[in-house]
Formats: sequence, C-alpha cells, structure tokens
Amino acid sequence: MATTATRATAAHGAGGKATKHPHDVPPVLRVAEPPAELAREALVLNNRSLGWITEAIAGICEKPMPKWWWPVFLLSAGGMTMMFSLVAYLIATGVGVWGLNQPAAWAWDITNFVFWIGIGHAGTLISAVLFLLRQKWRTSINRAAEAMTLFAVACAGIFPVVHTGRVWYALYPGFLFPVPNANAIWPQFRSPLLWDVFAVSTYGTVSLLFWYVGLIPDLATLRDRARTLIRKFSYGLFALGWTGSNRHWCNYEKAYLIFAGLSTPLVLSVHSIVSFDFAVSVVPGWHTTIFPPYFVAGAIFSGFGMVLTLLIPMRALFNLHDIITTRHIELMCKVLLATGSIVGYAYGMEFFIAWYGGSPYELYAFKNRAFGPYWWAYWSMISCNVISPHFFWSKYLRTSPVFVWVVSIFVNIGMWFERFVIIVTSLHRDYLPSSWGYFTPSWVDVFTFVGSFGLFMTLFLLFIRFLPAIAISEVKNVTPQADPHHPLGGAKGHH
Amino acid sequence: MSASSKPYGLLAEFETPAALMDAAIRCRDAGFTKWDVHSPFPIHGMDDAMGLKKSPVGWFTFAGGVTGFTTGMTMIWFMNKADYPLVVGGKPLFTPLYAFPVSYELTILLGAFATLFGMLFLNRLPRLHHPLLKVERFKRATDDGFFISIESADPKFSAEATRQFLSVDCHANAVETVEE
Repeated sequence: MATTATRATAAHGAGGKATKHPHDVPPVLRVAEPPAELAREALVLNNRSLGWITEAIAGICEKPMPKWWWPVFLLSAGGMTMMFSLVAYLIATGVGVWGLNQPAAWAWDITNFVFWIGIGHAGTLISAVLFLLRQKWRTSINRAAEAMTLFAVACAGIFPVVHTGRVWYALYPGFLFPVPNANAIWPQFRSPLLWDVFAVSTYGTVSLLFWYVGLIPDLATLRDRARTLIRKFSYGLFALGWTGSNRHWCNYEKAYLIFAGLSTPLVLSVHSIVSFDFAVSVVPGWHTTIFPPYFVAGAIFSGFGMVLTLLIPMRALFNLHDIITTRHIELMCKVLLATGSIVGYAYGMEFFIAWYGGSPYELYAFKNRAFGPYWWAYWSMISCNVISPHFFWSKYLRTSPVFVWVVSIFVNIGMWFERFVIIVTSLHRDYLPSSWGYFTPSWVDVFTFVGSFGLFMTLFLLFIRFLPAIAISEVKNVTPQADPHHPLGGAKGHH
Repeated sequence: MSASSKPYGLLAEFETPAALMDAAIRCRDAGFTKWDVHSPFPIHGMDDAMGLKKSPVGWFTFAGGVTGFTTGMTMIWFMNKADYPLVVGGKPLFTPLYAFPVSYELTILLGAFATLFGMLFLNRLPRLHHPLLKVERFKRATDDGFFISIESADPKFSAEATRQFLSVDCHANAVETVEE
C-alpha cells in the first residue's frame, strides 16, 4: 500500500504541475528502486511536485481569505476585545471583581495560566524533540504548532501579570523582574515563582526565535512570489536577503539543530518549573515529587489536543489533505494516547502515594478531590483525560478526522479541569477547618477566560492570513524529489 | 549601474537536485572559490559536494550559553547575598542550587540569541540587496529551481570559458550573465 502511494502517477496530481516521472529520467541516470519492504509511506501524497507544494501553501496567504474567515475573525476579535476590557475593569476596580478570596486565593487566573502555557508545549515538542528524533512527519505540522505555542504563551502571560490587580507593580518596582522595590530589596530567587518568570519569558522568546529561523526561507519564497510592492517590501525585509545559498543553508541547518537542542531541555524545564510553583509549597495535594514529569506529560497531552483542534479544520478548509495526511493525524493520536496514559497513571499514583505516604492531610486532600464539593470537576477531568485517549487504540477511530476532532475538544476541556482541580480543591480546604471555603467564579472570571480564546484565535487567524501555515522548505525537503539519490530527484548511480 | 562594467558573475540553472549536486562536485574540483549553490531547501550531502567545512555556529551558542549561566549566577549572588542580604525562610543567602533554575534558563536564552545572531553573522545577513535577486529566473530558487552562481571575482573566472564549463561540462539547462 505504501509503495502504491509513493509511485502513484502524476495523473492524481490535478491542480499542480505534473511531476517528473521516473520514466522520464534517462536510463543512465536511473537507480534501482528500493525493495518493496523498504519503501516508506510518502509524507506528501499523490507525488506532488515541488512547485505544487509552494503553490498549495504560499497560495493560502496570497489569495483573499475564504468567506468563513471574516465572521470567525470578527467573532475572535470581539472575544479579544472583551478580554482586554475585562482586564481594564479588573485593573481599575481591583481583584475583588473575580471570585477568588481566602482560602482559594489562586483560582481561575492561575488555572488559565497553566492551561495556556501547557498548550504551548506541543509546538516545541513537535519542532524540537521530533526534529532531534528525526521524525520527518513533523514538517507538515511544526509551523502551525509553533505559532500556536507563541499565541498560547501570549494568552498565558496575561493571567499572572493581572492576577495581582496592581499590574504596574509587576514591572516596577518589580516582583516579576529583577529591579529593587521601594525599600531597595531585590526579588528573592529562592522562590519558584521567580524561576517561573524566567522560565516562561525565556520559553516565549526562544520559541519566537526558533519560529522565526524556520520562517526565513519561506518568507523569501513569499518575497519572490509577491506581486505588490508592499508585500515585496515587508516579506523581503523579514526574509533578510535570503537567496537559498548552500553556504547559508550549511550554517542555517546547524543553527536549526542547535535551536532544537536548546528547546528540548527548555520545554521540559518550563512545565517542571510551573509545577514547582505548587510542589515547593507545603499545601496538601501540591507537595509531591511526581509533579514535574506529570505536568510535562499533561502539557504535551493538552498541546497535542489543541494542535488537532486547530489543524483538522485547517486541513479541511484549505484542502491540505496531501500535506497533512491521515497518517499525520494518526501519529498525533498516538502521542495523545501515550501522554494521556502517563497522565492517567499519574492520577492513580497520586492517590496511591496519598494513602501509602501516611499523611492524613494528604489523604484527606485526595479524598476531598474525588468526593468533596468539587467532585464534579474531578470526574469531568477523569472522563476527559483518562477515558477519552483510550479510544485511540482503534485504528479506525484514529483515522476518522471528525471523531479525532471531537476527542481533541474533550482533551482541552479535561486539561483545563485538571489545573482547576489541582489548584482549587487543594486550596479551598487547608489545615485550618475554620478557614475552609468554596470558590465560585464571578462573571468577570468566566468572560475573561472565554475572551482569552478570542485573543488566541485572532492571532492564529492572522497567522494563517499573512504567513505560510506549513513550513514550505521543510516539507519539500522530505519529498523524494528533493533527494539527489532518489530517482525522482534525478539520481544517476551511486555517489 | 555603477561605473564598473564587470558583471557580478554567471548563473546556471539545473533541472534536479542530482544534476545540481553533480555540477557542484565539478565546480569544486575545478577549483572555483567564489561560487555558490542555490536551492529551495537544504540538499543532503551538498556541503560535501561543495567541499564546505563544518559550520562553526556552535561556538557562538557555547559563548552565549556560558555568558547566560555566568550572568544568572552572578546576578543572583549580587542581589541576594552581596547587595542586600536578607534571610528568607532560614535558607542560605546564596547557593548555586537555588540559583540554578534561573541560570539554566538564561543559559538557553542567551545561547539561542547567540545562535541566531551567530548564524546571521556567518551568513553576512541581513542584506537588503543581492545582484542575484534581480534575475527573473532566480525567483525559482525559492520555489523549485536549482542554481549555481560563479562570481566574476573568482580568480579562475573567465566569461567565456566558465560559461562553456557550466553549460557543457556541468550540463546546465541555461546559463546567464548576472549584472552587478
């Protein structure tokens, strides 16, 4: 089956230039095809030519957007405006407009922060970890996933900054940045909260740089295809004068490899440090050593959920089935299955250790999670995160995009509930029963969070509108036509 | 156009990556020094075919990383121990252990900046103009075209012989002169 796909003739390639067929290669230039069992399933289906790939991807941001784009964009921009208005209301009035209070002084704000920052992790995992592991299928999805990372980090960054109410103190005198406060006291670096500032801002910055490095050759493609002066100028400016020179590619590829090498420990450290915000405290339910790996697995799980939520509609709406194939979706489902299983294991292990550890407070915190007043949040989390990924044991379900899309939504919901459960159920009943309480969100809480999706979608829609949503040069690189040792690349004998 | 009537060089187009690589090997063996290969994606094995050395970008990363780590450790030592010592939770005023996470992040941050700027520096980018970018045919270099350019500044360059070399010996599909 794999071989059929590889050797499908250009007859299927409607809408693109006909590919140079192996038979067009003069006999002296021909090499024997690999034996059937060694042939790999093609990453770009229907034997599309290099020119077709450019046209299919660059064409999206050159043609006017399809009809659905404007209504969706206006809706998203409306959500974004709502969020910023509510943030302004919060800053003008005070954190009292939110539902949080003692004992649950962290609630939706930090839940949303961890939710969004976790979503970002899939982008870096795809761009960096899968690159180091030589998973070539990543090329079809890494650009959009990295963009998603940046936008998720942007959404995440808002909550910790505004959750103090007096946001100007975040900057100066800084509790977030190392500037001395009014009494000339510096921030103290023993606190994971400060580590978090460095981790998240480094993560945002390095992801942006990595994304931009990947964009340079594609911006040059857009520059060379540009017809209007303004497009020529703006893409040309950011393409930095790229000419596809191999002397440049040589340094570029090394830099790309190093970026992947730097981003891999970075992505693992970011959510580990986010988990330290909780694990280093002495709150029952938070003070556990399982947190860093459990948070990282959960982050990748939620991130892949969001990648699927975005890419399945994108692939259908822009007709990218040959580049983002069913196999890509299937592989992402396998990542969901693996990380979802780790998350499920972590939930079980937390309970086991709460009992085995012998601390009555810890055991109470966990009993209270599952059967206390927030039982509904706990069981929503369990059904979305523990049950839903296990549908993907079935190949039939993994390969039905609509089903996968629906499950990916449940993953997003489940992972939001996970953070809510960890934060609110641990805080609302601490050591002192007299201070126990029940957190209920206010309307401002709810609409600020809903509005953050507006910000996320606005940025993503603008990204699709103006930048190539798939890495053009990287996709070309994994086609047989790009390989000088493959018949489709024009090979002549062995080098 | 400046007073110089000397062209920038010659640009040859090839059909496939294999043809390009074959020609690159010939150019390397012919002893050209100021020449380059242009392709829409990096071609595996082309560095060897051109006789390029390993890229030194890693040294920039290393320098950036070391700077980042040292900055982190020094900054935290200065702020929490030297400038305003303040005991928090009975913990030591300074130890590399609690200073590690922030220094680790700064290692990566400055390492990443050094990698990007090191790569751009080695490539002499950004540049706002390049003679090749004026060539209509060269627009395919970021789409599906494969090119070799040989500069007239190359000591082995000769307008006629090099053109002959590219079209006959290297089997270029087309060769054209690029104006400065």
